[in-house]
Amino acid sequence: MLTKKVKSRIFFLSVLILLAVIIIFIILKSLEENVVYFFSPTEIYSKENISFSKKIRIGGLVKKNSVSKNEISVKFIITDLKKEIIVSYNGLLPNLFAEEKGVIAEGILKDKKYFVADKILAKHDENYMPPEVSKALEKANN
Amino acid sequence: MLKNFFPNKVLSLKSKTINNLVFFLIIVVIIGLIYSLLISPPDYIQGDAVRIMYVHVPSSMMALGCFGFIGFASICNLVFKIKFMPFLAKSLAPIGFLFTLISIVTGSLWGKPTWGVWWVWDARLTSMTILLFFYIAYILTWKLLNNFNKANRISSVIGIVGLFNIPVIKYSVDWWNTLHQPSSITLTSAPTIHYSMLVPLVIMFFGMSIYALIIFLMRYKTEVIKFKIEKKKNTDN
Repeated sequence: MLTKKVKSRIFFLSVLILLAVIIIFIILKSLEENVVYFFSPTEIYSKENISFSKKIRIGGLVKKNSVSKNEISVKFIITDLKKEIIVSYNGLLPNLFAEEKGVIAEGILKDKKYFVADKILAKHDENYMPPEVSKALEKANN
Repeated sequence: MLKNFFPNKVLSLKSKTINNLVFFLIIVVIIGLIYSLLISPPDYIQGDAVRIMYVHVPSSMMALGCFGFIGFASICNLVFKIKFMPFLAKSLAPIGFLFTLISIVTGSLWGKPTWGVWWVWDARLTSMTILLFFYIAYILTWKLLNNFNKANRISSVIGIVGLFNIPVIKYSVDWWNTLHQPSSITLTSAPTIHYSMLVPLVIMFFGMSIYALIIFLMRYKTEVIKFKIEKKKNTDN
C-alpha cells in the first residue's frame, strides 16, 4: 500500500523526530537549573554548589503556627515536610498567603537554614472546592 | 470520518448548517456563563477569582488541541502528500492563536490576585509563550510567502517542530517546580476539582469547541474555494 517514496519519507521523518527529541531532552536537562522555578528546602540542603549571594527562589508550604508578624517584618518557616527553612520578609504579603498553603519566596540565602526574601508569591494548588466542602473536610479530619 | 473533510464535501456545506451551529453555540455559551458566573460557588481560598478558570482552562485546552491537529496535519501533509491537509491546518491556526492569547491574558488576570504577580517565567508560562510564537510563525509563513508549495513546506515544518512543545506544556507542571499549579483533571485519578465547578468547566469547554468548529468550517471552505480559484486562474493563463 505504501509506496517506496512514502516509506522513505516516513523513515526520514522518524529519524528526524528521534533526533529532535534527544536534542530537546539534552537542552532541557542541561538547563534544568533555569527551568526549575524554585527549589524545595530538601533540594537546598542537598545542593553543594549553592550561591549565597545570587537571588534564588525557594518554595514549599508555610508551616503551621510558624508565622510571626510585627509592624514591619514577617517571619515564617517554609517546609516540604522533610526539611525546613526560616524566611524573613519586609513588605506586603499576597492575599492568599496562609499557613499550610503553598508559598514561593524570592531572595537571598544567608545560610542553609535562613533566607531573606524580598518578594513573596502565593502558590495555589490543584484543589478547587466551595467553602462549605472545605469546612466539612476540615471537620472530618479533626 | 476523514471523508467528511474532503474538499468537495466542504464545498456543499450549507450556510443553514452553520446557522444551526451558531444557534447551538449561543445556547451552550449562555448556559455555561450562567452556570459559571452565577450558579457555581466561589472557591474556598480564591473566592470569585476562580471564575476566571472557566474561560482560562478550556481556552488552554483548545490552544493545545488546535496545535496538535496542525502538527498531525503537517505530518500527513509532508509524508503522505494528502492534498487537503494544508487547508485543514491553515484554517485551524488563527483559532488556536486566539485561544492561546485568551489563555495567557486570563491567566495573567488570575495570577495577580492569587499569586501576587501578573507574570513569571516559570516552565508552564514560558512554554505557553513559545506556543504563541509558533502560532505566529505558522500564520506569518502563509501570509508572507506567495508561493503555495514553498509556504506549504515551511509551515508544515513549523507545525511538526511546534508539536514537540505540546507535551512540554502539558507536563511542565509535573516535570519541574513551577508556580503554576498541576492539572486538576487527569486521566489517571479523580479530578481534584469539586463537581459544582467541574460542570461549568465542561459546558464552557463544549461551547468553545463548537465555536472552534464553526470558525474552522467557515475558514476551511473559504481556503478550498480560494485555492480552486487560484488554480483556475493559473490554467486559464
